[in-house]
Amino acid sequence: MQRLVGWRERLGVAARGLAMAGKNNPWGGSGKGDEPGSDGGSGAGGSGGPDGPRNPWLPGGGEPGKRRSASIEDIFKGRGPEGPRRAGGGPGGPAFRLPERPGGKSWLPVIIGSVALIWVAASSVHFVQPGEQAVVTWLGGKYSDTLDSGTNFTAPWPINMVEKENVTQIRSEEIPGTNTEKLILTGDQNLVDLSYVVRWNISNLTLYKYQLADPRNALLEIGEAAMRAAVARKKLDEVLTGEGRAEIEQAVRERMQARLDAYRSGITVQGVEINKTDPPSRVEEAFKDVSSAQQDADAAVNRAQAIAQQVLARAQGDASEFNNIYAEYRLAPEVTRRRLYYETMESVLSKTDKTIVESGNVTPYLPLPELQRRAQTAAQPPRPQGE
Amino acid sequence: MNAVFQNYKAILIAAIVILVALLSSVVIVPETHQAVVIRTGQPDRVFNQFRPELPYGQTGAGINWRIPFVEAVQMVDRRVLDLDMTRQQVLSNDQQRLQVDAYARYRIIDPVRMVERAGTEEQLESQLLPILTSVLRQELGRRPFSALINAERGTAMANITRTLDTQARNYGAQVLDVRIKAADLPEGRPLDAAFTRMETDRQEEAATIRAAGQRDAQITQAEAQAQAARIYADAYGKDPEFYDFYRAMQSYRQTFLAGEGNSAMVLSDDSEYFRQFRGKR
Repeated sequence: MQRLVGWRERLGVAARGLAMAGKNNPWGGSGKGDEPGSDGGSGAGGSGGPDGPRNPWLPGGGEPGKRRSASIEDIFKGRGPEGPRRAGGGPGGPAFRLPERPGGKSWLPVIIGSVALIWVAASSVHFVQPGEQAVVTWLGGKYSDTLDSGTNFTAPWPINMVEKENVTQIRSEEIPGTNTEKLILTGDQNLVDLSYVVRWNISNLTLYKYQLADPRNALLEIGEAAMRAAVARKKLDEVLTGEGRAEIEQAVRERMQARLDAYRSGITVQGVEINKTDPPSRVEEAFKDVSSAQQDADAAVNRAQAIAQQVLARAQGDASEFNNIYAEYRLAPEVTRRRLYYETMESVLSKTDKTIVESGNVTPYLPLPELQRRAQTAAQPPRPQGE
Repeated sequence: MNAVFQNYKAILIAAIVILVALLSSVVIVPETHQAVVIRTGQPDRVFNQFRPELPYGQTGAGINWRIPFVEAVQMVDRRVLDLDMTRQQVLSNDQQRLQVDAYARYRIIDPVRMVERAGTEEQLESQLLPILTSVLRQELGRRPFSALINAERGTAMANITRTLDTQARNYGAQVLDVRIKAADLPEGRPLDAAFTRMETDRQEEAATIRAAGQRDAQITQAEAQAQAARIYADAYGKDPEFYDFYRAMQSYRQTFLAGEGNSAMVLSDDSEYFRQFRGKR
């Protein structure tokens, strides 16, 4: 006890030094309050001083007779592993004692037994979900068994280790990932931007676990090789139009499965689907121009057909008009002819300026400048028109 | 507690020693690995060596024993491993360049030899990679460009696999197959040239389509004109003289009435129209 007090006093000295350093701390501290220019803390210094509230983080000076708030040291004094300080107990550490059973015996064997029981129960019963399978190994080494879905019993961990895996779930791998261009050479040395999806599942869990170092990577690499090989057999147009697509998908699937079976990988390829086949973005404009060219050609043909219809209709109309008049004319040729002539002249000459010149010895004076001037006042120069 | 510890001290210590000895002499070999036991630097025996005919569970994986401190155990992968070549530029025999991305799959079938000659799997891989690269270059360099981009690389892949396999067996590995993942045109000039070719190809196609459309349009119009001419000829051919008159009348009306601009006429009084005007018969 004596030693302890000495220690506290030493600490107290150090703490005072600390308090000097932090005299403006918000908890008051030991600020004298006489330093000009010091901030709010010195203003509160009036209530500070030796009577002010103590910083609880700093160990108390131990002034007797003064009421002080609990310091951190006081709070923890009687706790922790140094409990005997409070109890003043002897050496040999804390006397840790379990509560005793009614019979006066220890609980310890019971606790150990029940923990063991829980451990055995938890690690030897396995609920394998539908669609899942699990491989069981002895001590993580030798393969023991494959568990199907349902409730299964094994020896407890670590004697039997169980690894579950979903085998019926179809996994799909999209190649390449989103928004990246993947250019593949076609048989006619063109490039196509292609993306596809491989769907697969595990057909044999043991093989899947033990045969290939990285089954998924192997699958992707095989898929890549097969896809490129299949595309290289087709012409660009066949790939783009989708005409050869089903064939490519089929070929890739078969090739992949053949390779995977050769590795005994335990993987079944459920399907290969081509998502998109686009021309490379750099030449996309040229490809678009082809389809717009088709539109242009169709438009030209349409326009020609419209004109052709007009021409034909016009011809038919003209012909039938002539035929009708001609039928009448045949009945009375001379009269009809005269009538038509006079009617035409009448309507023509009634709308024009007329100058009649008598033939014979009179030399006519034609005021041509005036005629021209008159012609110029018209909005448009008269154009000779012969149908 | 203390009393128990004191009384059975010897037994407890003995048990701990036995346990430690046991743990250090047990080797648990997983199904995915083969274990080479090396006795003072000399490979002595192999647990779980690869044998294709044995089913899993009977291969020798699991608990095996070794002499502690004297024998060390090295685990060697038993599965099919991947040898992934970095992209290589390969020159075909017609001096064209091609970027080739290839992989090989192999399995360590003789772990003792592998441990003796290569050391670890990583070292084996770094031994095999340059071999694969050079074999690939050699074999593909004998072929024309068109054969390289074609999927039917013929005997090339089989040759490469065979050559690589012969080399790999020196290190205790067996090569299952070599595949070309991708054969691409190199970035820069060759790729640009390919794009340009594709572009001009399409431009030609577009021009052809447009020209064909134009041609069809012209044909359609010409046919219609011809048909119209036939219709006119059929009708007007009945009386060419009357047609001349009739059409002239139509033309006058069109010219002087429907036509634009003012017209001034200077007429001689001996024209047909003024025949009656002059009072002649």
